[in-house]
This record gives sequence, C-alpha cells and structure tokens, in this order.
Amino acid sequence: MNTASHTLDPHGAHAHHPTGILRWLTTTNHKDIGTMYLTFSLLMFFVGGAMILAVRAELFQPGLQLMKPEFFNQLIGVHALVMIFAALMPAATGFANWMIPLMIGAPDMALPRLNNWGFWLLPPAAILLTLPFVLAIFGIGDGAVATGWTLYAPLSVQGGIGVDFAIFSIHILGVSSIMGSINIIATILNMRAPGMTLMKMPLFCWGWLVTAVLLIITLPVLAGGVTMLLTDRHFQTHFFDAAGGGDPILFQHLFWFFGHPEVYILLLPVWGLMPHVLSTFTRKPIYGHTAQVWSFIAIGVLGLVVWAHHFLTAGLPVPALLYFMYSTMSISLPLAVLFFCWIATMWKGAMTFETPMLFALGFIVLFGIAGLTGLVLADVAADAQYHHSYFVVAHFHYALFAGGIMGVMTGVYYWLPKWTGHMYSEKLGKTHFWLTVVSFNLTFMPQFFLGLAGMPRRIPDYALQFAEFNAISTVGAFILGLSQLIFAYNVWACVKGGKKATAEVWESTSGLEWELSSPPPYHSWETQPVIKAN
Amino acid sequence: MTTLNPRSRPGFHLLSRLFTGFSLALGSGTALADYTWNFPKPVTPIGRDTLSMHNQFMIIITVLFVVVFAIMIYSMLKHRKSTGAEPARFSGPTGALQWFWVMVPFAMLLFIDFVLMGIPAFHAVIEMEDTRTKADMVLKVTGMQWKWQYEYPASGVKFISTLTTPREQIEGKEPKGENYLLEVDNEVVLPVGKKVRILLTSTDVIHTWWVPQFGVKRDAIPGFLRETWVRIEEPGTYRGQCAELCGKDHGFMPVVVRAVPEPEYLAWVDKKKAEMAAAAAGSDKTWTKDELMAAGKAAYEKNCAACHQPEGQGVPPVFPALAGSKIVTGPLLSPEGKLIPDSHVDRVMNGKAGTAMQAFKTTLSDADIAAIITYERNAFGNTKGDMIQPAQIKALR
Repeated sequence: MNTASHTLDPHGAHAHHPTGILRWLTTTNHKDIGTMYLTFSLLMFFVGGAMILAVRAELFQPGLQLMKPEFFNQLIGVHALVMIFAALMPAATGFANWMIPLMIGAPDMALPRLNNWGFWLLPPAAILLTLPFVLAIFGIGDGAVATGWTLYAPLSVQGGIGVDFAIFSIHILGVSSIMGSINIIATILNMRAPGMTLMKMPLFCWGWLVTAVLLIITLPVLAGGVTMLLTDRHFQTHFFDAAGGGDPILFQHLFWFFGHPEVYILLLPVWGLMPHVLSTFTRKPIYGHTAQVWSFIAIGVLGLVVWAHHFLTAGLPVPALLYFMYSTMSISLPLAVLFFCWIATMWKGAMTFETPMLFALGFIVLFGIAGLTGLVLADVAADAQYHHSYFVVAHFHYALFAGGIMGVMTGVYYWLPKWTGHMYSEKLGKTHFWLTVVSFNLTFMPQFFLGLAGMPRRIPDYALQFAEFNAISTVGAFILGLSQLIFAYNVWACVKGGKKATAEVWESTSGLEWELSSPPPYHSWETQPVIKAN
Repeated sequence: MTTLNPRSRPGFHLLSRLFTGFSLALGSGTALADYTWNFPKPVTPIGRDTLSMHNQFMIIITVLFVVVFAIMIYSMLKHRKSTGAEPARFSGPTGALQWFWVMVPFAMLLFIDFVLMGIPAFHAVIEMEDTRTKADMVLKVTGMQWKWQYEYPASGVKFISTLTTPREQIEGKEPKGENYLLEVDNEVVLPVGKKVRILLTSTDVIHTWWVPQFGVKRDAIPGFLRETWVRIEEPGTYRGQCAELCGKDHGFMPVVVRAVPEPEYLAWVDKKKAEMAAAAAGSDKTWTKDELMAAGKAAYEKNCAACHQPEGQGVPPVFPALAGSKIVTGPLLSPEGKLIPDSHVDRVMNGKAGTAMQAFKTTLSDADIAAIITYERNAFGNTKGDMIQPAQIKALR
C-alpha cells in the first residue's frame, strides 16, 4: 500500500481553536474528541474498579462484614453498567475517533458536530447512573439500581428510584452510541482515500464497521425494552406482569437481543486492532485479511441470533433450546478463523516483545479460555449447572477483561506514541503487563472452580466451602486493581514527555496512520492520499 | 472472626486443598473425581450425565487449548528477531496443499462442535426436558422473597422453608455452623428412587431453584409454571441455593432436600398432615393474648423481620418501619367486623402490589396471621392493646 502524496499541509500544524475548557467543550476535531473519550473511559474504569474492589473486600471471607446486602446488589449492577457502557465502549469509540480518519486518509470524521454531541452526552449519563448513591446519603431514595446490570423484570419493576435513573442513563448512553455509530459508518463509507476499496480497508476499521451496524440494530431494542419497563413501573402497563397478560421472560428476550451482540460490540474493535499489532511486531503482513473480514461479518450476523443462550434455564421449549445451543456452538467456527489468522500471522515472523505485543499475546491466550469455556456453556444440559454460577462470572471476565480491557490496553500502548509523540516507559509497561496477567488469573481462575462447586453469583455472603477460593480471588482482585495505577501513571507520563517518537514509531509498520508525524498535526490528511493498486 | 470451626483456618485449609488438587491434577484424569475442583457428587441421572458430559468437554477444550497454544508458543520461541529469524512474506494460503492444511482444523472443529459435543448434548437435553414420562409424583415449588414454599398436591402437604442460620453467625458475632447459610427450618422430603416431577412458580420476582448435586436448575417465574424433574438415587441431605438475583436477601434463601426411603417418606407425609390438622384446629380455638404474643414473636421473626427488622424499625424508604406506623396503629377492623381497605389486617393478608410486601394469606395459617398482627400492634413500642383471633382471620378469607 503506497501513497502518492503524503506531504503535510503546512497550515495543518496550526490549530485554530479556543483554549482552556472551551476548547474541549466546543471541539469538533476527531483527535480532541478521541482524547476525551479515552480520558473519560480511563476515569470510569477506575470508578467501576473501585466498586468491585468493595465487593471483593466483602467477599474476602464468609459473613457480612462491610455492607448490607442491598448496597452489595447496587455495587455489582452499577459496576457492570459502568465498565460496559462508560469504560469499554467509550474506549473503543475513542480509538475509532483517533484512528479511523488517520487510517483511511480522511481529514476528520464525517459528522464532526454530532461527534462532539455524542461525547458530551456521556458525562451526564454517567452522573445519572451513579447519582442515586449520593442521593441516598442525603436520605433521598434507596440508592442505585440493585437488580444487576440485566435489570430483569419484575425485580426491576419492584426496585427504587435507582432503576429509573438507570433507565434514563441507558437511554442517553444509547443515543450517544447510535450517534457515534452513524458517524463511523458515514466516515468509513464516504471518506476513504481514493483507491482504498472496502476489502483493502484496515481490519480495525472493519471491526468497527461491523460493531457500528450491530449497535444500530440492537440498541433501539434495548431502549424499547427499558422504556416498557419504565411504563410498567409508573404507568400501569403490564408488559412484564403475568397478572395483566404480560410475561417477565419477554424482558429477557429484549434485553439479550441487545445484550449478546453487545459482547461482540465490545470485542470486534479489539479483534480489528489485533492483526495490526501482530503484523507490526512479527514484521510480517497480516495473514488472511479477507478471511478475517468475513469472520467479523459472520460473527456479527450469528451474534444477532443466539441471544437466548443467556437464559437457557428459564424454561424454553425443547426446539428453542436445541436451536440456541447449536447456533451458539457455530460461532466457534468464525472465531476459530480469527485465532488461526492471528497465529498464522505470527508464524515464521521475526518477533519482538514490546508491551503492545505482550498484551496482544496475553489477550490471545486468555481470550482463548473465554472462547473455549463459552463453547461448553452453549451445551444446554451442562449450562443448567454453570448458569447463574461463578463459572459464568469467570467466563465473561475472561472475555471482557482479558478480551476487552487487555485488548484496549494493547491498542493504547500501540498507538500512544503516535498520539503523544513520546515513547512510554517500556519498563513500566512490561511491569504492568505481568502484574495484570498474573493477578487477573489469580482473581478469575478460582471463580471457575467456585462455580463448579456450586456458588451462585450475586450473593453477598456464602457457605463455608467457598471460603478459600474467594479469599484468593479477592487478593488477586486487589493486586489487579492496584496494578492499573501503573498504567494510568505510564499514560500520564507519556503525555507529559519522554523519548521522541518517530513517524513510524515501530520498526515495521504499514498503513497510512504511520506516514503522519507523531503526534500528527491537528488537522491531518487535508489532501487525500491515494492508494495505488498493487 | 474467631470460631472453633476448623474451616475458619483458611491458611491451613487452603494449602492442603491446593496440594491435593495439584497432586491429583498431575496424577491422572482422576483429578476430575476430586469434587472440590468440580461438580459436587451427582445423585440423579441428569446430574450424572451432566458431570460426565462436563468432564468430557473439559478434556476436549483442554486438548484444544494445549494444542493451539503449543503451536503459538513454539512460534514465539522459534520465530523471534533475537534468534535472527527473517520474516516470511506470505499473507494467506497458496496452493492446494496449504489450503488443505488450513481446512483441517475447521473440519475438526465442526466434528467437535456438532458430533463429539453436539450428540451427547442433544440426548441430555431430551432427557432433561422429559418431565412427564412415568413421573411417580409431583412437587410444587413456589419461590417468594426470600423463602421457598413446597406443596405435595397428592397429599395436600404444604409448608414454607426458610433459612435458620442465626443473624449472629452472619454478622460474625458467633462461630459459623457447619451448614452456614445452607440450613432451613423445613426440609423438603422426597422418596429415593421415584421420579419426581417438579413444577415451579413464584409469587413476586424470578427465583431459580438449584441443587447442584441434582444437576437441575430451573427458574421460578411469577405467573407461569415451569417444570423439571429429579430421581434421587441415594438417601441423604442435599443443599443448594436460589440462583437468580431476587432482591435484598437473594443470598439467604437456601434449598435443602432430604431424600429418604419410601416408607420413611410416607411416615413423614402422615406426620406433616397431622401438623397441618393441628394448625387448622388453631383457627377455631380462642387464644389468650399472651399465647398470641408468643406465637406472634416467633412467626414475625421468621416471616417479617428480614425486611421490617427484628425491632420493627424497617429499612426506610423501601421497607417501612412498623414501630409507630400509622397503618399498624390504625383501626383493626370496621365496627361490623369487616376488613378496612389498606388497614393493618388488609396489608398483612393481601400484601401491597408492586412491592416486596406479599399477600400472606396464601402462605400463612390463620393462627400465624392473627399472632403476627397482634404482636406488631403490641411490640416495638406500639401499645394498641388490642388483639385479633385466628377465627376472625378465617372469616375474612
């Protein structure tokens, strides 16, 4: 892939924008907005993390030590909502904002004002979600949503004002995500450099394209579901109340029609970025570009039709059980294509192991565990034993922490020098990696065994046979949580200064983004590059 | 926390368990028989099937994991820049032979998914869902915040099963007992060797009935019936828990099933019937206030204290205080002896829609309801001085 013209517009280096807080409030620049998304995400990652450390502290030993069960229930649900909607999704959107225009040779996102609005909806939504905690301190209401992030009716119909706050927060987050998705689709479809056909488009952009389509398909269903919940709570409708002709399971269908694709929404951007990282540090072209594109699409499509495997114990009819079991198992095939391509990219390369590469490799191994346990979870009969137990908790943290968060960290270390113009500290990065991997496994591996031994999830206190594994898990969680401070410091130090990064940053890169200086000028690709046919 | 229980020495226990676990894992496949690291010992046909299927799947995915990552680790060791490796330039399969090798793993995965795992899974699902064929008896399970009600339609036996672990143990003021959080006042008793069809429903939110050793887990959904079945093969006491988040005390609604030989089961049914007859007789006799207060205190602590608290102070705003409550200190019945809407008696008998306050007339005896109402009106500093007789409750039903 070559560019005919990559000389920088001399005016691009000059940023004409207000300074101070007004710059950030009014910016329509994709790099500024990307930075805001990533900063917000990092902040909320620590908020969500603090909540779960309180939970793990309570679970350190049997008995109720630190909190009442009501408060425990609030923490687990808000932890999940914060981590999913306010930490992982904004991180991926931050990547998209920063990288998609650079990668496809566009001067900015297609809809810059919408972009600004999309971001600034997030802080109010996060405040709405967590405000009930504060209100409860002043004696207003009974705290945040205490139903778990799944908001199952009728428990959520019964709940206090926290549920209403969560519903409106989800509405706002949904609007924000849909605006982001529209923007990304519009940018990708209309603003690629001449010569960059869809099939030549970088895989990161492909991952995001599928994510954006999934978001637009599924978020309205979630919005509808929680709106029905709102009217059941306040306007005497009976969508989820059998006494009025409704059905509580309807809510589960609506929720998981969104909820399952959501897993892929969180993971597809990461799957998209992995091949770039692997190719860079193996000094070898990406293996199976086209196969990976079709796998993304296949996973997206399959992801839309397997939702009921999240409630196989709810008493579905036998044909439905069989259908959801086999369709879920079939997701393993496109996923195997991705694993195959990742390993084939590494095969016969010349590898070095900088921090992003370490995170990428850690991601592949640990996400492999998530995938394999997902395969056995698909089995209806065995699922009856795993479901609602700590086995599932461990499984989805392998998917969403090792898959999602570690994937995001791969991207941050990979692109940070490009964004800031400085190299981060390799030493701190590697320390962060090893501490994270070891403590992550220390936290979540015991939870597989807890689940098998019969410990249900979402309980504040437990029987004595679960004590040892819970103690190990809590120790792991605290090391894991504290290790992330190294990450925050490393990022901060890299923004402030450090060894100058070259335009290429890494020894062997390919793609338009590496042809711009590090950091790129405030306005980049004002003259579109041209991709020559091979 | 200081306790005499040997389990409270996690350090010692942990080491010994890790040691046995690892040594077994190193030894052979027998590690899978060590139930601390796996499902507890199954005692039903479904439980056995599930365990053997689970073991088989765990072996399959472990092999897959090891093979795939052995290849990756080999590559990481061999194809590194520091060994002077020159990067290859290929970006996809070229030629028929390479295509063949690319397709082999996928053919194998198809086989694993839909044959090796898919076929036993199919049979297990069919077996699990076959609740009706040759069922010997029916047990109806009703989940409610935060206890289980069990009903044997054939004999009419019906009772509620609640947690008996004392608060002192939960709060760490007393040593924790052996069956901490997994003990109840009324165990469900089932005959060994009989196919029991279990019908499940709920009166408020979704609960999930789960006994790990049965390999059975099924949601109890308000307004709907769900079903499953067990055939317990060994006498014993089996413990489980509610598995679906159902509010504040979700962690405190255990399931305890005692499986006994059939004659013993029949004797138990007769005993339960006699108890129920005695309770029904309680509706017709006239109680003294002291009797009502004593019975009321016991019944209150069992059925009401989880929300309204032992001292009646509640957890406002969700669970209102009863001490000084307008409703509790309001009039008892209308002058004609009729129910006053939204009165104390109405609340206890009919509950309040959309809240955790349930209609206790469906679950408690006349005597219990009368005793609780009398107790609430004359405890926690409430001094109404009046009382209500079980017979009056019976008349209001």
